[in-house]
Amino acid sequence: MDDYNFAYLDEDTKRMIRRALLKAVAIPGYQVPFSSREMPMPYGWGTGGVQVTAACLKPDDTLKVIDQGADDTTNAVSIRKFFQRTAEVAVTERTQDATIIQTRHRIPEAPLQPGQIMVFQVPIPEPLRFLEPRETETRRMHALEDYGLMQVKLYEDIARHGEIATAYAYPVKVEDRYVMDPSPIPKFDNPKMNDSPALMLFGAGREQRIYALPPHTKVESLDFEDFPFVAGKADHPCAICGSTESYLDEIITDDAGSRMFVCSDTSYCQERSVQ
Amino acid sequence: MTPLLQVRGIEKRYGGRIGCIDVSFDLWPGEVMGIVGESGSGKSTLLSCLAGHQPSDKGEVIFHGRDVLKLSEAERRRLGRTDWAFVHQNPRDGLRMNVSAGGNVGERLMAVGERHYGNIRDTAEDWLQRVEINADRIDDRPRQFSGGMQQRLQIARNLVTGPKLVFMDEPTGGLDVSVQARLLDLLRGLVRRMGLSAIIVTHDLAVVRLLADRLMVMKGGHVVEQGLTDQVLDDPQHAYTQLLVSSVLQV
Amino acid sequence: MYVAVKGGERAIDNAHAWLAEERRGDPAIPDLTVPQIREQMTLAVNRVMAEGSLHDPDLAALAIKQARGDLIEAIFLIRAYRTTLPRFGASAPVDTGAMTVSRRISATFKDAPGGQILGPTFDYTHRLLDFALMAEGEVPAAPQAEANAQDTPHILSFLDQDGLIERALPDDTPPRDLTREPLELPADRALRLQSLTRGDEGFVLGLAYSTQRGYGRNHAFVGELRIGTVEVELNIPELGFSVEIGEIELTECETVNQFTGSKTEPPQFTRGYGLTFGQCERKAISMALVDRALRWQELGEDFVGAPAQDEEFVLSHCDNIQATGFLEHIKLPHYVDFQAELELIRRLRTAAMEG
Repeated sequence: MDDYNFAYLDEDTKRMIRRALLKAVAIPGYQVPFSSREMPMPYGWGTGGVQVTAACLKPDDTLKVIDQGADDTTNAVSIRKFFQRTAEVAVTERTQDATIIQTRHRIPEAPLQPGQIMVFQVPIPEPLRFLEPRETETRRMHALEDYGLMQVKLYEDIARHGEIATAYAYPVKVEDRYVMDPSPIPKFDNPKMNDSPALMLFGAGREQRIYALPPHTKVESLDFEDFPFVAGKADHPCAICGSTESYLDEIITDDAGSRMFVCSDTSYCQERSVQ
Repeated sequence: MTPLLQVRGIEKRYGGRIGCIDVSFDLWPGEVMGIVGESGSGKSTLLSCLAGHQPSDKGEVIFHGRDVLKLSEAERRRLGRTDWAFVHQNPRDGLRMNVSAGGNVGERLMAVGERHYGNIRDTAEDWLQRVEINADRIDDRPRQFSGGMQQRLQIARNLVTGPKLVFMDEPTGGLDVSVQARLLDLLRGLVRRMGLSAIIVTHDLAVVRLLADRLMVMKGGHVVEQGLTDQVLDDPQHAYTQLLVSSVLQV
Repeated sequence: MYVAVKGGERAIDNAHAWLAEERRGDPAIPDLTVPQIREQMTLAVNRVMAEGSLHDPDLAALAIKQARGDLIEAIFLIRAYRTTLPRFGASAPVDTGAMTVSRRISATFKDAPGGQILGPTFDYTHRLLDFALMAEGEVPAAPQAEANAQDTPHILSFLDQDGLIERALPDDTPPRDLTREPLELPADRALRLQSLTRGDEGFVLGLAYSTQRGYGRNHAFVGELRIGTVEVELNIPELGFSVEIGEIELTECETVNQFTGSKTEPPQFTRGYGLTFGQCERKAISMALVDRALRWQELGEDFVGAPAQDEEFVLSHCDNIQATGFLEHIKLPHYVDFQAELELIRRLRTAAMEG
């Protein structure tokens, strides 16, 4: 791939993205507009994450790419291959060995380490979007810290369902200031963001936004005092490795609708099974 | 005692057309000021300038020692969900129609930091009852309410955080006469009990007769007469006020 | 069962091989060449250039071939290629008044200096399948005429002379560049036009049509539609002057719309504007109507809630590459989110049934 620059993007574009990243790190949870480029994969398929990863990658990095927690889902394979071709970096499936982890919809089970970078692919960066469709208005709401409407939504959930009916992309408040969409990770993963030693970067390509959580940032899931946030998961052990701690996928195993539950983080599961 | 609100020289123009001009008055704690005039008299323009919904060209509005017209948008919004409240003529403009009655009343509480669901709900129930809405309607949406109920819900939503000053724009407009009477009665009770100060814009002299301590009559953007309500209505000095008073049935 | 989600890499490779085979079709039929597409599928090539924002007929034809005729996919290929290209400079604004026109019509004046030129249009063809095209055969030569040596002035300039239409004042502010800066709202007209010219033809057409049916009606007449070639000049800062680097084909549409006016200002017609690469007249006219609808604020009109008046709505949704990507991404696995929802709904159902 000599026709393209290291990690595909030209250096000017990378510089532009890095500037946005720096600003994002300086204002945790704030969505920084950036001039997202058309990437050779479709919008909505991780172009934001890919651009952030491309802007962070160095030749000596070790990259891990997961989608739904697994290294082998098709889109994870496609993105990993893309960086193998364009940056020739080392890749790994082991969370502990990776310096950069690009993810869609999960945070790995293995605890993250200082120095690691998590890159999240984000479809809709605006946590207020489904309450207020207008970007001009939601930006104003963030600027004025006008989050009553978000709390109203949670109130309505409890009034109707008896609990907060958001299972993924569960909104968080960052350092007591910005309400942030953690990307569509299951709420099970939300606590992993709080005070994490790793740097967390979020890229939304189509929506042209970047935001970040620097290491050891305070990240709280929104809730009520008498209806506190609960990180839920299926109440089963993993059928392969037996873990009771990990987030599980449900798999239908026969026509009668029998089910089994297995770890969504395949690398974690494999490692436990080998031990 | 110092006035709660001091209005000095408010002016608003739309190009060459006058919205309102040179409006000054003091509003005292617990006082209800009525602003009357026909449509186009500038009364609604004045109200939206005072509430900061649109920028004024000149003048100041002093509240708690500060000119609220110079507040930042953030400060203005904070004021708008704490010490100030605004009741719109059309409840649809003041309510979230796709949010339950409880959520509508609870929003201001949550906006000022209340995070206990049970407390929010209790307060919302209490307020629904105060505005004569059955507490078992708490999870219904305003769409399922009659016009009068919607307006009472809007009032509950505005008063729940105990504001000091309420702006009302034709609060009884668009309601049946019998519904109007009930609403006025309710408003009068709430205003008196809570010691609220209010500025009420209306074209309906019956409304000010019942609610307002003091009256300001506007025509063509100017204040043509002001004084105690009874005095202005019973002994109007300005020709326009005389016309206005004589053109409606005495109440 | 669990291994079913493994093997992603092999699955992708196989899918790509199959795709290549399908693209080629029956090998007994001769392979379609890029020049054939460029010369015979011109309007497809034009659309790909217009919405791909890259004037290169050969690459557009290649993209169409590679995309199996899926034009949005072809536009995507061009966009992805374009975005990494280095930028050597910016052209001077093209002068459409100096266009060598191959088609020029006006719905407002029967005749005007430069005349009406119908040009190569489907307009008055009868839409009957021409079975002769199924057999290969030569096309009889079209009659020739002398080209008009003079510049063809814009028809709206005649209205402008009499003050009957709003002045389009020259503005040398460099427009913001949608491909180099994030879209920030509110947008100015230059940015809106940029967005619309890249926008999806079908989307812009639908919006324009909606204005005609009353959703933000603005009474548009096609003041002038012209198609032809213009010279492109590149500013060379080192030389201090610009150099002609080639010619491109453009479609330009200027509409004459309902007038504004007040007691103090006499009524004037207003304008809508559309400009695209190549011959894309449906798009250019649609663009002009939507441009005009979006100008309601500037012209002191009311917002009537029409989609075509809503800048944020139009600009956020007119890009078909963004739209198709996000639409199609719901094909990607969402096991984790769905699992989380499944847990939630089971719990809520249990609670509801117990309660």
